[in-house]
Amino acid sequence: MTKRDSDNPQGFSRRQALKLGAVSTVAVGAPAFFTRNAWAENFRNDPGNASSVTFGFNVPQTGPYADEGADELRAYKLAVKHLNGEGDGGMLNTMTPKHLKGNGVLGKKVVYVTGDTQTKSDAARASAKRMMEKDGVIMISGGSSSGVAVAVQGLAQEMGVIFMCGLTHSNDTTGKDKKRYGFRHFFNAYMSGRALGPVLKEEYGNQRQAYHLTADYTWGWTQEESIKNTTEELGWKTTATVRTPVGAGDFSQYITPVLNSGADVLILNHYGKDMINSLTQAVQFGLRDKQVNGKNFEIIVPLFSRLMAQGAGDNIKGILGTTNWNWSLQDDASKAFVKSFGQEYGAPPSQAAQTCYVQALLYANACEMAGTFYPPEVIKALEGFKFDGMGNGPTEYRAADHQCFKDVLVVRGNENPSSQFDLLKVVKIVPRSQVEYDPKIFGGDLGPYKV
Amino acid sequence: MDAFLLQVLNGLDKGGAYALIALGLTLVFGTLGVVNFAHGALFMLGAFCAVSLQQLLTISKKIKDPSVTFFDAFKETPYMEIWFGDAGTAIISYSVPLSILLAIPVMLLVGLIMERGLIQFFYKRSHAEQILVTFGLAIVIQELIKVAFGANPIPQAAPPIFAGTAPVGHWIGLGDAVVYPWWRMIYLFFSGVVIFAVFAFLRYTTYGMVVRAGMADRETVGLLGINIQRRFTIVFGIAAVVAGLAGVMYTPILPPDYHLGMEFLVLSFVVVVVGGMGSLPGAVSAGFLLGILQSFASMNEVKNIFPGIDQIIIYLVAVVILLVLPRGLMGRKGVMES
Repeated sequence: MTKRDSDNPQGFSRRQALKLGAVSTVAVGAPAFFTRNAWAENFRNDPGNASSVTFGFNVPQTGPYADEGADELRAYKLAVKHLNGEGDGGMLNTMTPKHLKGNGVLGKKVVYVTGDTQTKSDAARASAKRMMEKDGVIMISGGSSSGVAVAVQGLAQEMGVIFMCGLTHSNDTTGKDKKRYGFRHFFNAYMSGRALGPVLKEEYGNQRQAYHLTADYTWGWTQEESIKNTTEELGWKTTATVRTPVGAGDFSQYITPVLNSGADVLILNHYGKDMINSLTQAVQFGLRDKQVNGKNFEIIVPLFSRLMAQGAGDNIKGILGTTNWNWSLQDDASKAFVKSFGQEYGAPPSQAAQTCYVQALLYANACEMAGTFYPPEVIKALEGFKFDGMGNGPTEYRAADHQCFKDVLVVRGNENPSSQFDLLKVVKIVPRSQVEYDPKIFGGDLGPYKV
Repeated sequence: MDAFLLQVLNGLDKGGAYALIALGLTLVFGTLGVVNFAHGALFMLGAFCAVSLQQLLTISKKIKDPSVTFFDAFKETPYMEIWFGDAGTAIISYSVPLSILLAIPVMLLVGLIMERGLIQFFYKRSHAEQILVTFGLAIVIQELIKVAFGANPIPQAAPPIFAGTAPVGHWIGLGDAVVYPWWRMIYLFFSGVVIFAVFAFLRYTTYGMVVRAGMADRETVGLLGINIQRRFTIVFGIAAVVAGLAGVMYTPILPPDYHLGMEFLVLSFVVVVVGGMGSLPGAVSAGFLLGILQSFASMNEVKNIFPGIDQIIIYLVAVVILLVLPRGLMGRKGVMES
């Protein structure tokens, strides 16, 4: 028989209240337990029960970086093929740790839409917005310009769609403009400077006068700053830093002042067609045949790729720079990727292609790790993710700024190529520890997981 | 002094292109009274004559590249080289100057078709309507080129004999430090020759004399029984050829793409206005003047004082000149003043 407490007019004993509380907690918590991964209604472009999931590849198909864009698109198409279990699998055979099964992502077939960034930030944003709003993409990747990457990354954060950056080299992308929804596999200008410095000292000494021609946007500015800091640490003097418009075409008016400036090194902070044009014109003006201050005049291109070397022809021979990856690397992952890409397209992949291919695979792998497409969970899976077998050796996606850390290649335009594609010679593989830095030096704030 | 001379040379070669386009633009305006905003597209079409010939000469046979072992790679060897050996290689390397032979008939034909097919219907319409229709035509032409050749610039090489630099400083006793690329010197010389040829044609031939008379008083020339309209149509064709040749020879300096014409059109129109609408010497002088000013504005010493001046100098000078001389440098009274 239950004795009622006279002080408790409703007739509940303490024990009964505790029991009721426990039952209520279980009752309320049970649905959340059984639907652990059920964020279905809460995020943009949730594929739900659809049999496919759409990726958006937003690359420059026109403009000064169009060659890189075309190669990026080839790589994305190959990545989709491999994710869906078609072809020879490429780097899916070498990637570790790997959660991908070759049956799409989370059992859904991957399909894609493409867009043209035109190498312009506003066009890139408009194209990305269309993909997010009309095409229903779950993820966007691409871009061959840091201006574009920063602009699209901002949009990705606003819209809650993950952006896996393509080729972007500005410090700002994972520095002051970093975003929770943006991830960069490619290296940056700071790392180029750190990697290039010792080689420049060894090759050209510490008594040089450098003249910078710089593409006038975020990437150019940060590369100029990083390389200038590096060369000044070596003891070099900076004669001038001159900004040039992107896509200028004719750089003669900027090159002629170099001739009588007293500088003995020209540093071209240009990329893509701009670099091809400025380098070709610098050579036409006889800069590489000049002797200044008793030294041979030298040209340095801190960031270059095989595609640019191809465009610049003989002019690139002997010129030093850095690159994220080169097809001539002999690790298993690089060899598998080169073989797969070469069989598909008849030419080896560029560094832009490699970074884009890897980004597509990394995103898909993170979804498998998270067990969902829900962006905050996928982001958490990518943050701090350590992997290997993707062509760059052991690599880490640093959680603090979403920047990948790995070895950097210092290369030289090959003077004795053994084939039509053998245009860059790897001078030095600079270890990750030498190019690492404190994320605080570039500031910025990643922002929230939930938007 | 060295830097000064280099910037003058730089300005002259850029000014050469401006002058050639502006010359055709003002010739058409002076004869037909049409403001032809499709003239930049003619410059671009000329450049693509060079691209077409180069692509024709380099039609290639694919041969397996044994040096690539990872996958099946192919080297492209032009049939010209397979059939003619070194002579074939030499012909390919001279594709840009050879393109002149292709560009003259092609551009003449394009000019005549453009004038007979479209422009003639707008002679008596307002300048605003002429600008609208010719601008539309320019967009159509550039989109057609984009479809045919793609959106990316297509590099063209100058003949190897013109690689390297001319010792300009040595020639004028300023030492060996002042050098200038041979092809740009050739372009400057070529501009001068074409400009001289056009002026000589107008001044020293009977045909040219009639055209000049028609420019001055169209009605009186017509009353004399001369079919001035037919001559003006041919002048339109000649203007197209001049713009086309300027485009052909500019390709080793700036790889052409479909948008090339628009980039030059706006600047060339400013050149025409600064030179004085309808004035041929005005167009040429203003072309070289603005080219040189643009070049000097790019000097670091100038940009340090006025950042960004290199991008706006031409428009700034145009505003100043038109404020001081409303008809431009050599404009005639009554032209475009009704």
